[in-house]
Amino acid sequence: MEVKAPKKEVNKEGFNVVDKSVDKVDGYALVSGKPVFTDDFYPQDALTVKILRSPHAHAIIKHIDTSKAESLEGVACVLTYKDVPRVVYTRAGQGFPEPSPYDTFVLDKKVRYVGDAVAIVAAENEKIAEEALKLIKVDYEVLDSVLDFEHAEDEDAPIIHDEPEISGAYDPKHNIASHYEMEIGNVDEELSKCDVTYEGTFYTPNQSHAMMEPHAAFSYLDPNGRLTIVTSTQVPFHVRRIIKRIFGVESRVIKPRIGGGFGGKQAVHVEAYVTAVTLKTGRPARCVYTRKETMTASNTRHQMRFKVRVGADKNGKLKVIDLWGLSNTGAYGEHALTTFMVAGSKTLPLYNKVNAVRFGGDVVYTNTEPAGAFRGYGAPQGMFALDSALDELAHKLGMDPVEFKLKNSIREGETSPVFKYMGEGREGVEQIVESCKIEECALEGAKLFNWHEKRKRKRIEGTKAHGYGVAFAMQGSSIAAIDMGGATIKMNDDGTFNLMVGATDLGTGSDTILAQIAAEALHTTMDKIIVYSSDTDVTPFDTGAYASSTTYVSGNATKKAAEKMAKEILKAAAEIMKENVEDLYLKDGKVFSKNGDSLTYSEIQTRLFYTFNQRQLEVTESFVSQVSPPPYMVSFAEVEIDLETGKVEVIDFLNYVDCGTTINPILAKGQVEGATAQGIGMALYEEHIWDKNGRMVTDDFFTYKIPARDDIKNVRVYFAKSYEPTGPFGAKSVSEIGLDTPGPAIANAIYDAVGIRVHKLPIKSEELYFELVKKGIAAL
Amino acid sequence: MKVTFKVNGKSHTVDIDAGEFLLETLRKLGYKSVKHGCDTASCGACSVQLDGNPVLSCRTFTAAVDGHEIKTVEAFSNNEGLSDIQLALLKEGAVQCGFCVPGLVVTADALLRENPNPTEEDVKEYLNGNLCRCTGYESQTRAIVKLAKERRSGGE
Repeated sequence: MEVKAPKKEVNKEGFNVVDKSVDKVDGYALVSGKPVFTDDFYPQDALTVKILRSPHAHAIIKHIDTSKAESLEGVACVLTYKDVPRVVYTRAGQGFPEPSPYDTFVLDKKVRYVGDAVAIVAAENEKIAEEALKLIKVDYEVLDSVLDFEHAEDEDAPIIHDEPEISGAYDPKHNIASHYEMEIGNVDEELSKCDVTYEGTFYTPNQSHAMMEPHAAFSYLDPNGRLTIVTSTQVPFHVRRIIKRIFGVESRVIKPRIGGGFGGKQAVHVEAYVTAVTLKTGRPARCVYTRKETMTASNTRHQMRFKVRVGADKNGKLKVIDLWGLSNTGAYGEHALTTFMVAGSKTLPLYNKVNAVRFGGDVVYTNTEPAGAFRGYGAPQGMFALDSALDELAHKLGMDPVEFKLKNSIREGETSPVFKYMGEGREGVEQIVESCKIEECALEGAKLFNWHEKRKRKRIEGTKAHGYGVAFAMQGSSIAAIDMGGATIKMNDDGTFNLMVGATDLGTGSDTILAQIAAEALHTTMDKIIVYSSDTDVTPFDTGAYASSTTYVSGNATKKAAEKMAKEILKAAAEIMKENVEDLYLKDGKVFSKNGDSLTYSEIQTRLFYTFNQRQLEVTESFVSQVSPPPYMVSFAEVEIDLETGKVEVIDFLNYVDCGTTINPILAKGQVEGATAQGIGMALYEEHIWDKNGRMVTDDFFTYKIPARDDIKNVRVYFAKSYEPTGPFGAKSVSEIGLDTPGPAIANAIYDAVGIRVHKLPIKSEELYFELVKKGIAAL
Repeated sequence: MKVTFKVNGKSHTVDIDAGEFLLETLRKLGYKSVKHGCDTASCGACSVQLDGNPVLSCRTFTAAVDGHEIKTVEAFSNNEGLSDIQLALLKEGAVQCGFCVPGLVVTADALLRENPNPTEEDVKEYLNGNLCRCTGYESQTRAIVKLAKERRSGGE
């Protein structure tokens, strides 16, 4: 019962391995519970590292006494801001130079939120480390704090970042980490000419990633004294670069299996702490966050507010969109500018036929947990406001929202000026949309959902109300002209190939789909591709697993490398067989000549190793895209509202997705299903709450609810027939887009059911209940 | 204190600290499939079978399992291959990051012993305490219902 290679069969596009639901290459290890995660295989003599965290939202450390902790038996070291390099950096694991401000130190004299790091303790075991934490005496000068992001720019708000080293922040004296604005056409003028307009303000929450595996890393000096860091990260190469910036040391960063990330592991959390300890003591060091630390002291989604104004003519032509926002980056500016810009750049081009469009606003610091990258990366926040507003316009016009949104959305062969105006932290790139099946998504999706029939149904019956909502979305595939992926392929004399990629499989299945791409291009089978990913000493560079880039960028790099390897094989075979290259072709792991002679890959590399023109066949290719082809999606939601309690249940959620070719359909489906569940969480349950002193009270799975199995009723996923010419075998991205639609689709369904427009996610049952009471339709 | 218990059929006698939880003991013994997800009995990643019943090892005192039998996911596969539950999950794409899967397998095994004919609702209810952040649950539920059907129709 081994994990089997797929059967050889050619589908109608002619793919042998691509577009097949082959088993995950790491599936056997994962289902059998092998020790493949970071904390499963740390060195026996590793010190346990624990972090002392601030109890205050905003304070200066006046005095810190570590002497008692240091004298405790079994404590190896206690490090404070005096003991670590004072190098300003950003934890955001982005390309260099980072678009996020440099506003962070490994440890600082000032703490900026409850949970900020104060000291690093390393001890022989966890018990001693925890005991030592209690023995550290800290005198704080407590400062005024600002927790509410809508008050971060108030005249009397305390300045959170007054350190002289800060760079790259827009106006830190007024707590503004980033600012952006752009206008194409004149939105005020266009709005004044519209027959119907809508204006509203919408809020989205500071959702937690809540990946099942908490943040974890260990570090050690290898036998030659070289620093090695094993870490649960999405960005091993960025970790290497940032560790070098802080500590001035070269290192090797190894990424094992990752227990989920969703953007939460795109930041440098634990790596700096274990490195500090290993460099100080020379010993292996291991740090695993508790669930509470993962909740309170890592990252959240950026909480955002958008004021949206839209207008259309009486024929239902959308004329103008204005999105003006405010984003909360928390205590540090990780991904501050870029997530904010994506709220516009990955939403506005969808409605490319408008005469005027404006987008802008501030990203502010507050004394709360720092926000960071989170699947969707601003797009779910922006789309909640925009799609809700378009739903309102459709109702005002008396149009079916599917018809209204479809009429105004982008099509194949078209472009949007927004592509050029807005990139990530800088100007974007022009692009023509080469694949867009949004009509199929909307029309076929409506049929499968039974949209038209359902909308004729009675909405309120007894103590239940039912409603139907639709939302449209787009995303991107990579950050154009920035994201780079590399792939190396080495041929072995047993007919196998080592595929080495910097791409980071964090549970998404990227190792598997990259192997499929390589197998397809090399005319071989999955079992002949041995994937090794993300070890900075061994694999080529890759920016990492984020920005929906792996399938597209790393996939294209893998395809390029495999195609080059195919050429190398043909060239070698031509020499051995004394034939012209043009007369040879690859099939089923062999080179065939026109006269029927053949050589297996194994025979070719064996000859090359030992007897003929001796050499190792190996190729490395890199890929950078000048465009970022958007996937598209239309989602339909049916909700049931309990009029006695205000509880909302999503009883049916149908996604119709255009992600180009699905390299592995079952894994692609899993990406959409998983994103939908996270989106339902954001729409109905997930939000962090602080007490008046800034302590997060939602710090575990009891107080911070993520969807449980019982909360997900029926999620359906369909894929459009689509082929992206610039993608590897026609593929675009699929991992993020699924999070963009649940918020607006569910909110629109609630409006359809009971006529209440939801302006704030999550939609809490008690809040909805009070609205039902006000409207006189609550069951009392 | 000394405690003796069996894990996957193998007997262990261990010296434990006062108040030591089974999750730590098992991981120290090398059963690394048992995962540390929350420490507050709220995620299910540390689930193991205690005399056949699923329990959360993060809140089970090791002292309390003296003389009892523990089963972890390590017992579900061998050199011959995977168990049918593991295969079913794999084939349905129900394993993404895989961190929750060991706890899911031991719990699903107990479910199918108690109820060989579960509906989707039964699966959702029984496994409601096994959180997963990757899959959105649907593929896991499908895999388990499908497997139960296959078992009843005479497959392994």
